[in-house]
Amino acid sequence: MTATLERGLNALREQIDAPVASFFTSCVSCGLCAEACIFYRETEDPKYTPIHKLELMRRIWSNEFTLLGRLKSMVGLGRKVTEQDLKDWEELVYDSCTMCGRCTMVCPVGNDLAMMIRKMREGMSGSGHAPVELIGAAERHSDYGSPMGELHPALHAQIKHAETETGIPIEMNKEGADYLVILSAGEIRDYPEVIGAMAKIFKQAGITWTISDDGFEATNVGIQLGNRDVARTLVSKVVEAAEKLKVKGIISPECGHAYQALRWEGPNLIGRSYDFEVVHIIELLDRLRAEGKLKTKGKASGKITFHDPCQINRRGGINREPRNLLNMVADDFVETEDAGTMNWCCGGGGGVGANERAADLRFKAFNRKKRQFDAVGAEKIVTMCAYCHHTLEEQLELHGDEETEVIGLAEMIGEYLDDEA
Amino acid sequence: MNNPYFDLLMWARGPGFDIALTIMVGGILLRVVEILVLGRKRDLATAKGSPVGQGVKTIFTRSFPRKGLVPFAPITYIGGYIFHIGFAIAFLFLGAHIALIDGLLGLSWPAANRAIVESATALAVIALFALLYTRITDPVRRALSTFGDYLVWLLSLLPLVLGYVAVNKLFGDPTLMMALHILSAEALMVAFPFTKLMHAVTFLMARYYNGSIQGRKGAES
Amino acid sequence: MAERPVLAEALKAHGISRRGFLKYCASLTSLMALPPALAPKVAHALENAARPSVIWLSFQECTGCTESITRSHAPTIEDLIFNTVSLDYHHTLQAASGHAAEEARMKAMEEHYGKYLVIVDGSIPVGNPAYSCIAGISNLDMLKETAAGAAAIVAVGTCAAYGGIPHADPNPTGAVAVSEIIKDKPIINVPGCPPIPIVMTSVLAHFLTFGLPELDELGRPKAFFGETIHDRCYRRPFYDQGKFAEAFDDEGARLGWCLYKLGCKGPTTKSVCATVKWNDGTSFPIQSGHPCLGCTEPDFWDNGGFYKPLSMPAGDYRKLGLAAVAGGAALGVAGGAIARATKSKAAAAHETVDAHDLEKKS
Repeated sequence: MTATLERGLNALREQIDAPVASFFTSCVSCGLCAEACIFYRETEDPKYTPIHKLELMRRIWSNEFTLLGRLKSMVGLGRKVTEQDLKDWEELVYDSCTMCGRCTMVCPVGNDLAMMIRKMREGMSGSGHAPVELIGAAERHSDYGSPMGELHPALHAQIKHAETETGIPIEMNKEGADYLVILSAGEIRDYPEVIGAMAKIFKQAGITWTISDDGFEATNVGIQLGNRDVARTLVSKVVEAAEKLKVKGIISPECGHAYQALRWEGPNLIGRSYDFEVVHIIELLDRLRAEGKLKTKGKASGKITFHDPCQINRRGGINREPRNLLNMVADDFVETEDAGTMNWCCGGGGGVGANERAADLRFKAFNRKKRQFDAVGAEKIVTMCAYCHHTLEEQLELHGDEETEVIGLAEMIGEYLDDEA
Repeated sequence: MNNPYFDLLMWARGPGFDIALTIMVGGILLRVVEILVLGRKRDLATAKGSPVGQGVKTIFTRSFPRKGLVPFAPITYIGGYIFHIGFAIAFLFLGAHIALIDGLLGLSWPAANRAIVESATALAVIALFALLYTRITDPVRRALSTFGDYLVWLLSLLPLVLGYVAVNKLFGDPTLMMALHILSAEALMVAFPFTKLMHAVTFLMARYYNGSIQGRKGAES
Repeated sequence: MAERPVLAEALKAHGISRRGFLKYCASLTSLMALPPALAPKVAHALENAARPSVIWLSFQECTGCTESITRSHAPTIEDLIFNTVSLDYHHTLQAASGHAAEEARMKAMEEHYGKYLVIVDGSIPVGNPAYSCIAGISNLDMLKETAAGAAAIVAVGTCAAYGGIPHADPNPTGAVAVSEIIKDKPIINVPGCPPIPIVMTSVLAHFLTFGLPELDELGRPKAFFGETIHDRCYRRPFYDQGKFAEAFDDEGARLGWCLYKLGCKGPTTKSVCATVKWNDGTSFPIQSGHPCLGCTEPDFWDNGGFYKPLSMPAGDYRKLGLAAVAGGAALGVAGGAIARATKSKAAAAHETVDAHDLEKKS
């Protein structure tokens, strides 16, 4: 099948509901969403105003979902959405938006703009206007189980490595384990230390866990593409694996959109609630901390700061937890400006990081993070999303910083775990 | 003999108001029901926070600016507050307006001193001009602005100015000015359901939805 | 025609001192909004004015205007002014009746053709002139006939000036104001239901001394109808402070607060009630606790109800509001249903895709 304009418009129509209608009705064109947007703030180009990125969906809503708009269309006043429009908007919807949701937080009338971008991407991807890199990732994930292609051998190797390193056996495909652990392709490839860290932590806490060959990939490019069919296919693999192994829960790893995909979109994509729990790794670690099942020894010296992944904090509600944990293991934990719920995006989320065309924009957007990191002068930046981790490393280097270390929070906790406890 | 101004005033108070009220009430109902009928799918994800509670809470909390943002859009924020509060005081605390609301809804409250009402009016007008200034000069706002934005600006300005002029007899025949004041308010009422003025009603829904979406995830809003 | 006695003699005859007369002229001068320096001139003019012939026509009226002007409890100067004109025809006041009365009118018209003053109270039915006839002559005919030789016409009372109560909806007699019929004579409107006596006499005094006064767009002398009652009301400070009586027997009413919410029409009513007052300056409606009805304005009877606040709409908004709510909701449901259908159609047309269907293949 081929993508068509009509399929895209159709997908947009399917996305319009009462919240979207109330959002468009309420917009007063105050432009405050622009002030919240990292891409506008770092470029000052008005085309990056978040609400403007939604113009095509607004048109569909106005023309086809309001009585007045229908009347206008009948007399030829409603502006139609054309192939060219979609083409023109591709950059705005995919390159200059990470769906970080800062705009959603500042809109005075309460419009959830990030959610609408997610919806608008349904129309963009349906009509063949999604970035090629994301489409490629979706194809690889569908065909080989991971956006980076076939990762089974790598996964097995990393697990084996972790077993050797920690001396803790990790049983794959174990039925009846407490938790199913899933990982992002980035972690498997670049940050596998987290596997060993989890092994140690869960052993200490007395938690049984496993990894499934059928569904180990946490990422879901369907969410970034904005294609619910693809997203459903991908999330189903994980859900089915969990159901097959009869686990009590799935641990969502340090990956922003994966958390959204599995915990918040997943049930709606597959059309039913889960019988198991979905918990973010940091949420779980903080729970263990509170229960006294997480014991650490010693603290990292030097100034340490934290980068909040948008999808996990601002749009995921995990805010206090990483700070509780960091204070256990960091001697000198300092926050950057705007840290927490209103943290600025690393500029790589929402598929922007995979998008070659957006490289310049991403670089410019990161200027803000760079200034904020420089202001606190941290030696180490801790985060809880592998993609943020990757973007931070990449952009720090591009911005001439080869000194500052970036590390995942779970991995860091693993480092300071009190093995004797 | 007829006083054309008085006739105009009586038309504005009579048929004019009836027409405007009918269009406004009917139009708002149309727009709101139209939105609600669209509905939204039940969210199947197990809630972490309280969607309803946070939805309701956000209706109120979103009235305050997010920390640190005011310096980046001072005119929009401060002008916006002054306009909204000024307009509300002028509309809700002038004795004549309270009498109108009392007659329509049977609700009444004490009126404010004229000095307060008129100061609020003047401030609201100044704020409107400041907001127009930023709408014209700021690239973001200029790019976003449509004919409707400028129309609504004018429609919001006229009742304030004409009301002030009529009450203080600044110029023109006071009866004519009062008639024009009422007619301008009626123009605002008629435009209400078909412009962004609807935000004065649907912000409740938008903020609720925003809060409930975030609240379900246990995230702030 | 014998030279008639001038005012000065009449005053003397009634035992009014020259000092009292001059005081009266001064107050008249200020009332007419003339510079105080003109007071002696007013006095002089009045003292030497010849008694002009006045024909008073009463049409569709209640005699209230006549009552107002004659019901002074003691002989006043206003009363005397009236005595200084030659009231040649006034069918309530004159002794003659029947043919004799009409003859008096005809005689006055003949003798003073082009110089006499016509005072009209009451409106004129034009729907069917037979609704109101005097001596077999319809009001319409009598007005036309009498006005032909008049120097000017004073329309006294709101009925003559604007149609008044007979003109009120549904106006069964087709009542109209004098100015609707007579287009070629100067007309001074002295509206009010009834007008304040001294306003009527002052207008006459002005006419006698300086000719036609300056009129506003409604034909009213600006001197007496230049400002609203509201602007001169002693309760105005309460309006400004937002203090209103909500009922006739509430605390606010007892404290003398503003009567706006009880329907006072002061803000849109031009008259000197609040300053000149009634009954020799004793009081005026607002002072006695009742809202102004707005009787000096056209159509005051049909302006949405005496006890309805001015800012309140005049119509039956409740029913209308309910209809609007119902209609709007119905339209909304219809609009929403169409939108839902659009969405359902889109959902039905949804082709489930996989990752390989996301590109345009030609």
